[in-house]
Amino acid sequence: MGRTLAEKIWSQHVVRTLDDGADLLYVDLHVLHEVNTPRAFDDLRASGRTVRRPDRTLAVEDHNTPTRKGALEDLAGRRQRELIRANCAEFSIPLHRLGDADQGIVHVIVPELGLAQPGMTIVCCDSHTSTLGALGVLAFGIGTGQVEHVLATQTLPVHRPGNLAVEVSGALPDGATPKDLALALIAQIGTGGGQGSIIEYRGEAVRGLSVEGRMTLCNMSIEAGSRAGLVAADDTTIDYLRGRLEAQGRAEVFAEAEPRWRAMRSDDDARFDLVVHIDADAVGPRVSWGTNPAQSLLIDGSIPTRADFATEEEWASARRSLDYMGLRPGQAVRDLAVSTVFLGSCTNVRIEDLRDAASVLAGRQVADGVHLLIVAGSAAVRRQAQAEGLDKVFDEAGADFREGAGCSMCCALNEDRLAPGERAASTSNRNFEGRQGKQSRTHLVSPRVAAATAVSGRLTTPEDL
Amino acid sequence: MSEPAHRSGTAVPLRRDDVDTDQLAPARFVPYFRPNGFTNILFADWRADPAFVLNQPAHQGATVLVAGRDFGTGSSRESAVWALQSAGFEVIVASRFGDIFRGNATMRGLWTAEIDHDVIERLWTAIEADPWLPVTVDLAARRLTCGAVESPLRIDEPLLRRLLKPGDPIAETLTRLTEIAAYEAAADGHRRTGPV
Repeated sequence: MGRTLAEKIWSQHVVRTLDDGADLLYVDLHVLHEVNTPRAFDDLRASGRTVRRPDRTLAVEDHNTPTRKGALEDLAGRRQRELIRANCAEFSIPLHRLGDADQGIVHVIVPELGLAQPGMTIVCCDSHTSTLGALGVLAFGIGTGQVEHVLATQTLPVHRPGNLAVEVSGALPDGATPKDLALALIAQIGTGGGQGSIIEYRGEAVRGLSVEGRMTLCNMSIEAGSRAGLVAADDTTIDYLRGRLEAQGRAEVFAEAEPRWRAMRSDDDARFDLVVHIDADAVGPRVSWGTNPAQSLLIDGSIPTRADFATEEEWASARRSLDYMGLRPGQAVRDLAVSTVFLGSCTNVRIEDLRDAASVLAGRQVADGVHLLIVAGSAAVRRQAQAEGLDKVFDEAGADFREGAGCSMCCALNEDRLAPGERAASTSNRNFEGRQGKQSRTHLVSPRVAAATAVSGRLTTPEDL
Repeated sequence: MSEPAHRSGTAVPLRRDDVDTDQLAPARFVPYFRPNGFTNILFADWRADPAFVLNQPAHQGATVLVAGRDFGTGSSRESAVWALQSAGFEVIVASRFGDIFRGNATMRGLWTAEIDHDVIERLWTAIEADPWLPVTVDLAARRLTCGAVESPLRIDEPLLRRLLKPGDPIAETLTRLTEIAAYEAAADGHRRTGPV
């Protein structure tokens, strides 16, 4: 019986099976950020324990780092940076600080540094850790108590999840992006559709995606309730890693590892608990209309009405979302005006995303009264954007391309927040109530739609301009 | 150290699906929040509405929260659990839970009781009719009762054991350090654990 990629990686990392049926899983790399970790260190100290493998641990400042030089910053952000610096110093954990050349959003910098390699296990106290699955890695988010467990032991007791295959046939049409594919999948299977499972994204359309595109897809796995999402290693994966390691002058390492990495795929006769099919040819630009990522529709559509829901209860729930979002049933999506557009987050702010946005903004202007906020995923992405002249495109279009890199308005932990009641188009991953600021109204979109929306002031595709 | 096998208390009927961790612990408070800290961050935005169910005098002092589908979706923030516990909740009842949230809750001793959604509907109706009606979750019997409403719990053996005997998982793992070191040596030998 063949095994899935997730099963292969899992079984290679089992230290032992515990009495209750959980597996004690070995963690190859443990990544920390400043927000969810202070208590883990406090508890570690209180119990007289220490960090077992600081050499397999890495920390980043990203969640509430300011993105403007000299911006007014609240005390909590500064305090949390002080805490992570003190904790990392005490336990000899390498830290990418605000202002460092390789600082940025944790899920953007780990692959950039070539640290996400096929067959690895990586955990981080952030639900979007699944992003790294794009490189054939088993990567998932954990809570603060689990952070402490990994710090102390480099392992984690976990029950083996199920295997869900998402088979994507065909190819994404022009104008449709991996973000749209992710939103289409979540609309189809729901916020709990992947629960208890690791999703393997497969099929022709997935093979056709770049590593960056696969990262967007894997990133959103958690929004369908999955533990993780991953894509088998192939030429695209290998080329990406070769580029990373050669840039670091470590080509000899690559040669040795390549055959192992190439084996990181599901066997042809692997069995999945469930297979979900999606036709990529039918995916078009999407926009979320509600307050969870499953509530999205094609931009050509209109806001749902009673007729779109089977039961009164579902309609009541949808109506609550519509009330919060300030929407009327039946409104055309393209009629919705926004005042802020956020291009950022671990979902959609790698170099490809910035190129996508720049290609739309070139020779155009951001609409009067619209604020287009662009925050690079990492300092390296920002440098690359400058090297390619994208910063000039953004400046000429009247966008606000920030100096700093980080999570920014995706989780609104720093000073970048929407005003109460403000409507925004955002390339991030969550349209929850209050997610991007108290009473904020977020429409999730792809970078292309975000850029076009900034130009027209309404939810728009580049083709409409 | 075993825990009592049942918990009982009055309940809040929260008629909502998809209650995400941004509602349980809004981000703007998270950097300030410490476990056992202040209690006013739970549902901070929803509580601004005087009509919100948690503001009803009849539901003050409740220790059980009865919600709908997919409770605790979203971010991995453990402060979502701390916020619920700080507000006095000991048991969350829902028809499905977010994975990471459920793991966090279990680790911190907050019980998550999963039951069928049609029973949730009946619970909401019963509690709204009589807010004094206690909800009892009995792990030993694997049952939830509330007046005339009764339901089996959907709970597997490992979760049941972890709720009844929380123990100290880190201490347990630390007894296996020899095995962990042996694993590392073998994996390094196969050059199997990255990153290279």
